[in-house]
Amino acid sequence: MDNSKKTAGNLGFLAKTSDTTLLLSITIIVFFLMYLGAMIFQGAGFLKAQTFFNILNANAALIVGSVGMSIVMITGGIDISIGGVVALVCMSCAVLLDKQGGNVPMAVLLAIAIGLAYGVVQGYLVAFLDIQPFIVSLAGMFFARGMTTIVNTEPFNVANEQFVALKNTRIKIPFLGSVNKKGVFVPAYIEIGVVIALLVVVLFFMILRWSKLGRWFYAVGGNRTSALMLGINVKMTRFYAHLICSTLAGISGFVYFLHVGSGSASHATGMEMNAIASSIIGGTMLTGGVGNIIGTLFGVLSLSTIQNIVSSAGLDQAWWTGITIAAMLCLFLVIQSVIMSAKKKALQA
Amino acid sequence: MTNLKKIVGKQIFIPIAALLILILFNLCADPSFFKITLGTNSAGNPVLSGYLVTILDYGSELAILAIGMTLVTAASGGQDISVGATLAIAGSAMLKVLCGGATSASVMQAPVIVALLVGCIAAMLAGAFNGALVAYFRIQPMVATLILYTAGRSIAAWINNNELPIISDSAFTVYGGFIPGIPIPTPFFIAALCVLAAWCLLKFTTIGLYTQAVGINENSARLNGINPEFIKFLSFVILGVCVAVAALIKISRLSTINYSVIAKDIEMDAILAVALGGNALGGGKFNLWASILGAYVIQFLTTTLYKFNVQSDALPAYKAVVVIALVVFSAPTVRAKLTELSKKKSRSVQLAGKEAA
Repeated sequence: MDNSKKTAGNLGFLAKTSDTTLLLSITIIVFFLMYLGAMIFQGAGFLKAQTFFNILNANAALIVGSVGMSIVMITGGIDISIGGVVALVCMSCAVLLDKQGGNVPMAVLLAIAIGLAYGVVQGYLVAFLDIQPFIVSLAGMFFARGMTTIVNTEPFNVANEQFVALKNTRIKIPFLGSVNKKGVFVPAYIEIGVVIALLVVVLFFMILRWSKLGRWFYAVGGNRTSALMLGINVKMTRFYAHLICSTLAGISGFVYFLHVGSGSASHATGMEMNAIASSIIGGTMLTGGVGNIIGTLFGVLSLSTIQNIVSSAGLDQAWWTGITIAAMLCLFLVIQSVIMSAKKKALQA
Repeated sequence: MTNLKKIVGKQIFIPIAALLILILFNLCADPSFFKITLGTNSAGNPVLSGYLVTILDYGSELAILAIGMTLVTAASGGQDISVGATLAIAGSAMLKVLCGGATSASVMQAPVIVALLVGCIAAMLAGAFNGALVAYFRIQPMVATLILYTAGRSIAAWINNNELPIISDSAFTVYGGFIPGIPIPTPFFIAALCVLAAWCLLKFTTIGLYTQAVGINENSARLNGINPEFIKFLSFVILGVCVAVAALIKISRLSTINYSVIAKDIEMDAILAVALGGNALGGGKFNLWASILGAYVIQFLTTTLYKFNVQSDALPAYKAVVVIALVVFSAPTVRAKLTELSKKKSRSVQLAGKEAA
């Protein structure tokens, strides 16, 4: 009796905090430590405010995609088709704007429509026919990559004026910026994609926190059988999760398109991997039921900060990026696995 | 009727049926597909050529991968999506040994068997990494292998310092080409050897039985004294060996390597071969022969698509449709509905018969 109390005392703090809070705080602490370390050891570049905003500019699409990925992962599924969908959306929008004479609103609609179509098909296969989400989205990924080349083989830049104007719109951040060599103050800026990404983060943070649907996601991911017994429509919930994820992938595709302004079959290669890594680093559990959108945001930031650190440390050969991401993902997966088994023991004691 | 049901119910029926459909399709579209000609290659050796020979040639490396993938699928209930990347690692390591660390070599610097061993060790290490994550850290197989899927090609490039070693020794092209004097492509014989080895492994050891037991129910396998973690781990290591052999064929064909392109999307084909073989993708029972046949059928499909001038980049789209059709057809819920439908039909037929009487 005494003995068991002692172990509970040692690991008691683990048992008390909820999984989501615990993993979220680890992520945020890791991010700030990393950025602080970069500021101290790498100096100049990281002290500029624009460096941080550049990370946001370059990763707005990844943020949107990762939010969708987190939602699917919270329900216990996975979707690796998002990189393919992003490439397909980029190419389709590029063709629509430059070769079919479309305009920007039409391109936005097309992006969302492709996402929705993907969501309906994948969601139906996963939720109602009960096929493994990985197989379904693997096929989805290959289909999207293949379709991208069928839509148009050659990569090309979009010249549509309306679109280029939108692409080059910069939103200035008040009071932040740097003084350049001539002594002129250059304000820091963000692109439109960042605004969209932050809106998506806030919206889905609120949905997951306070809406009925959001709580269903956690319930279904935590334990499908008990969710069913509570009267939750498990199939519909899983369907919605995939629908949201693919639609966000469509939006993410448009944000990516806004950033790069071209269509190419090799766009967003490996983005699904980065999205999964960001979600996991952000504290979403692969097993489902645990996760937080704010954590995902910090996951993306941590991931891209470490990429920046790696490249500014002089290790800019292409392979280092892949290896660091994989190593970081591996580390966080193992941390999760260890924490959860420690927690299980603490709860049992 | 019952005989027909027995045949249809057999697992190997699915790939055979798919093969027959493809053959029929090609017969109708263009019978010249089946033409095989005996010619001589540049070295003056007799070689067979034709679409069927291509299928036999390129389907062989896929068949080798399908052996390992079947075991992984059966044991872990998931698939390894890093085989293409692991193949690049193994190939890169082999070339480094063969070229003796230089960027090009006109004569092999080491015997092929040494290179194969080094490649095997590299691929087995990669397999062990995947296997450890899956078996001991309990990470879903596809997510665990996603790590190497992204990092693998980078690691392969790093092994050779991002250079592309070229080996121009004609003795090395034998493994992916033809043995002088024998008109059948060598990969077929290598695949046959691998199949023989796998057959012996399943026949004379308990690995096959244990793998099925772990795949069907891990906990009851444990209660019966099997170590499920080790069996899963082992299946990934075996897949590593298969990948190394396939890598030998691949780099022998090219005499060099291209890290970002070599064996691209081959994981999709290998998974497809397992699925087409009628193996449960969720683990458990498996049939090695069906998977191997499945691999050749997939290559048949690829060659057919190529013949109809489908771009190589667009191929995945068509294959994805085939995968979805296959998994939908074999999904338990769909199967249950289908059997219900056929039962209803037979019942209504019976009722109609009674009324008529």
